[in-house]
Amino acid sequence: MPVLQNVSPNGLSKKLRSSPQCVVLVALLLGVSLLAVPGDVIAQVDGQVVYNQWCAGCHGEDGAGAGPAANTMLPRPRDFTLALYQVRTTSSGELPTDADMLKVINEGMPGTAMPGWEGVLTEAERLALVDYLKTFSRFFQGDPPTPLDFGRATSGGADAIARGEEVYQMVECWRCHGEQGRGDGESAPTLNDDTGFPIFAADLTENWRFNGGGEVGEIYRVLRTGLDGTPMPTFSDIVDAGVITDEDLWSLAHYVRSLSPEDEPEVREVVTAKLLTDTPLPQTVADVVWEGTERFYVPLSGQIVVQPRWFNPRVDAVWVQAVHDGRELALLVSWGDPSESPDTLWTDFGGQVVTTMGSEDEGAATGSGTADQLVVQFPQELYEGQERPYFLQGDTRRPAYTWTWQSDIAGAFESIARGMGTAARQPDSEQHVRATAQHADGEWKVLFVRPLDTEGAEDLALTAGQAVPMAFQAWDGDNGESGSQGAVSTWYFLVLGQPTPVAVYVAPPVALALTLLFGLLVVRQAQMGSGMWREPDAAARAKRAAKRRQLAGMAVGVIWLGMAFGSYQNSRAGWEAGYADLGFWWAIIGGLLAIAGLGALIGTWIHTRTSK
Amino acid sequence: MIEKCGELRNTALLLGVFVIAGCGGGDGGGDAAGAADAAPAESPVDAATAGNVAGMVTFSGTAPMMAEINMGSEATCAAKHSTTPTEEGFVGGENGGLANVFVYVKEGLESLSFPTPTSAVVLNQDGCTYRPHVLGAQVGQDITLRNSDGLLHNINASPTENRGFNVSQPVNMDTNRSFPVAEVMVPVRCDVHGWMNSYIGVVDHPYFAVSSPDGSVSLDGLPPGDYVIEAWHEQLGTMTSNVTVTTGGTTEISFEFTEAMAGSPVPMGEPIDLLHPDGHQAVDH
Repeated sequence: MPVLQNVSPNGLSKKLRSSPQCVVLVALLLGVSLLAVPGDVIAQVDGQVVYNQWCAGCHGEDGAGAGPAANTMLPRPRDFTLALYQVRTTSSGELPTDADMLKVINEGMPGTAMPGWEGVLTEAERLALVDYLKTFSRFFQGDPPTPLDFGRATSGGADAIARGEEVYQMVECWRCHGEQGRGDGESAPTLNDDTGFPIFAADLTENWRFNGGGEVGEIYRVLRTGLDGTPMPTFSDIVDAGVITDEDLWSLAHYVRSLSPEDEPEVREVVTAKLLTDTPLPQTVADVVWEGTERFYVPLSGQIVVQPRWFNPRVDAVWVQAVHDGRELALLVSWGDPSESPDTLWTDFGGQVVTTMGSEDEGAATGSGTADQLVVQFPQELYEGQERPYFLQGDTRRPAYTWTWQSDIAGAFESIARGMGTAARQPDSEQHVRATAQHADGEWKVLFVRPLDTEGAEDLALTAGQAVPMAFQAWDGDNGESGSQGAVSTWYFLVLGQPTPVAVYVAPPVALALTLLFGLLVVRQAQMGSGMWREPDAAARAKRAAKRRQLAGMAVGVIWLGMAFGSYQNSRAGWEAGYADLGFWWAIIGGLLAIAGLGALIGTWIHTRTSK
Repeated sequence: MIEKCGELRNTALLLGVFVIAGCGGGDGGGDAAGAADAAPAESPVDAATAGNVAGMVTFSGTAPMMAEINMGSEATCAAKHSTTPTEEGFVGGENGGLANVFVYVKEGLESLSFPTPTSAVVLNQDGCTYRPHVLGAQVGQDITLRNSDGLLHNINASPTENRGFNVSQPVNMDTNRSFPVAEVMVPVRCDVHGWMNSYIGVVDHPYFAVSSPDGSVSLDGLPPGDYVIEAWHEQLGTMTSNVTVTTGGTTEISFEFTEAMAGSPVPMGEPIDLLHPDGHQAVDH
């Protein structure tokens, strides 16, 4: 049996105990299909083989979490010999259940290097892995752990969220997670995991990155169990001690959930800059215009192409909002960053991160404490056939045109770059971009404003209606990031909204008038059928005519309803494209058409019935 | 480094000097009285014949400087300290005395078993420091984690022989935990206040103590016999000493830690790794 090769004495005895050969024999004798018995299938999969093939690269063949790839990861891969598992349904300090372990194997750990394996490995392989992971620690030799009783979820709503916020203050979640939940609490810079590696307090505004899941029930579970091996403690004892009630803990979960968007943000290729016609262009990050301006989510990842590389970016995404007034573009970029670098409170943390990452790349950072930085990148000009520069600040054939903002200098500056680290600042006479920034509650907001057309030979001109490639790069200096060691996005498009065409204002009233006219005709036709306009013809002819009218009325009704649906689609498209006026008018037209269509159907039905 | 101190002395007076400021067993955990608290039938020790071990833990050389703790962000805690608090990795006393050394019988009691004390030992969080900094408890004995500061602490214990825990205490309250397996030592930390750490020595008998600021330490009520006594310090590592306890006598013991021992490996409970019976492979961090 190949299965029995290369196994340790312990593994061998385990194999003999479960004795798959014996099971096979019995199954065959009984005429039972082996595949119908899942336990036997699992017994045939060697968890060690699966582990060594798929898991050991990060977790190490010895399970100690120090595989060949581990050095580029923070948080580090789990050390299975400690039997410390974050995602559990059991008390703090207890082992996870098999189902808990399977959940993490299936779903992965969001925000870390651990992917989900549900679609990669068969169920039998994943179950065999659970069994194999347990052999790394003697703790699993005892009785299986008992899951906690989580009781019933409360319903949530505004009251629960308000109570949850009180609990958040009372049990002092803010000490690590910050007042607004962005992981910027006063204790955040000193956090280490159980193996001594620096660890961030979770940004509670990004629930899609929560370990163990971001929905209310999952958040409640983490509050009850803690995340073992990390600084996140259990809050079960304070419920047991009567400091807060179980319902309070549920409310806290509802509140934490409310800090993130309702749905995981969707990545869209195109960032639209709405045209402002009545309001002046915002000049501050706090302008009220931004509250009504759509936010676009742009995920970032570590720059791992150009040396020195960076595998531990702090900025996982930026949110982009844009408006213009036909003369200038205002671009607001916001992202979570717990500190305003350089911040001496974070010096040790950044130093630990740099040491932990231990990059051997030439020129890699040896310390932290540089400034935070954001680069918005465009092509220097729009190249033939939509060709874009290389996404890491361009190349020699297609240079990139960049706006750079840094936390330690006022404003921003424009550069031309022909590859990472080659950005050359344009002369002062060619500087047109302005920037203002604000750091509050663990979030940077940086506002760039630039004329659409600077008439500069080296500056990209922005034209309404034209799609312009745009990309972002961000650095957190207190996380040891500088130079090529930062976070980067791929290319997106920026499209400036156009002035509403005149036809938009003319077409709807015309369509409205036509609709009304058509409606009147139909009503008149129906009234004729109902006997107002009697014809002294033979009964058979009248009956045929009535049938004809009935069909015609129904057809008209259906056609109008179809047109109403079309108008509804137009209306939606209008709203989404930022043309509220178009959306509004099409909604009116759609509404009238729907009324007319239904009226035609009902009227036809009534009148053809009464004419019998 | 092993040092034999088998000499007998008449120590009634000496004992009087050493009693017993540093006894780490808390309420009944660390001395003869502790053993006697439990039901007599279970007590394996005859008080009439028991002897004692007593002596000094000292440090020679230049004492390491302990960093000052900035409690500026924690006014409630800062107000509880009359002088600027410092870290407690090394606390020396007069005449070379070394405090916070966990001294316990490591070998020699294997044939005996001891009842679990019914009273708890207390690990108090007061002024954003752990009181005591080093604590002893018996296997299974309740350890009361007490918040006296009225602000958020978490008590994050990361043992290796035992299962750990990480408990939050946002208000003044007590939480009890215990460890089912002997382990020297269990590190405890507060993640909210990065400077707060503590060590709990868990042993399966009542013969343990923590040296007091003057370095004195004693283990009382031991049955006559030969023992290996270990002294554990969080920065200087461990020393052991072989002693013989005689009926009714007090055996002198001394542990002399030196400057040269700074940075020595400090053993904690090692995980038992079934796949690697030779021992846990150190992860190169």
